[in-house]
Amino acid sequence: MDWQGQKLSEQLMQIMLVAFAVVAFITGYSIGSFQTMLLIYTAGVVLTTLVTVPNWPFFNRHPLKWLDPIEAERHPKPQPVAPKKKSTKQH
Amino acid sequence: MHSVLYRLNTLITLAGFLLAVMCSLASFTDTFHVPSVTAHAEVLKVNRFRKQLTGNDEVSLTLNVSMNLRSTFTWNTKQVFVFVAAEYETAKNSLNQVSLWDHIIQDKGHAKLEAQITNKYPFIDQGSHLRGKKIQLVLHWYIMPKTGKTIEDKMVISDFRLPQVYT
Repeated sequence: MDWQGQKLSEQLMQIMLVAFAVVAFITGYSIGSFQTMLLIYTAGVVLTTLVTVPNWPFFNRHPLKWLDPIEAERHPKPQPVAPKKKSTKQH
Repeated sequence: MHSVLYRLNTLITLAGFLLAVMCSLASFTDTFHVPSVTAHAEVLKVNRFRKQLTGNDEVSLTLNVSMNLRSTFTWNTKQVFVFVAAEYETAKNSLNQVSLWDHIIQDKGHAKLEAQITNKYPFIDQGSHLRGKKIQLVLHWYIMPKTGKTIEDKMVISDFRLPQVYT
């Protein structure tokens, strides 16, 4: 995923879950069936999982521009300097 | 970048939280619901009234009970537990309650009943105070919801007096 895709995924997840919760509650209450409410909500959670959790291609429409490997070689990563050994005085 | 597991974790947490909110709302809708229960009982016969060897009084009754608990059911009701208690006062205890009969009602369709019953559980006093005692039969019901707090209520359905002598 790219950054835009991540934002889209988060928004979709929140909106879908809340929307399904609201629809489930109103439907269950008006019918008078607790079970209906839970069934609608469970279906909503499963659907939301399928849409937002896997790395779908439509979440990657603004892909990040990684540097080419050649460009990266021209600017090598600095190596850490080896620490000097402390000499112990001998009497 | 958020990984798949991270998104899954967020989704499960949010889904669980919204489920809790929905259940609280469902339980809240019950507060607007006021049940109106009708019930009646009469004692047909005192089958047995004696003093046990332990010194305690024992009574066996045959009752006619009728009750209508249909109005206690809402969309959020799992079952209603109902029992008939004999309540009386003695010198030692200001309130004695003895459960005579109970029943579980699981849906609205079965909530209206009429039955002739002998007491399911023995009616035994702590001591020997029952001769000529005034007894109230009280119907207690516990409305157990699918989510939320159990609602408890009761109603007096009969008044009678036990015989003065053992039968």
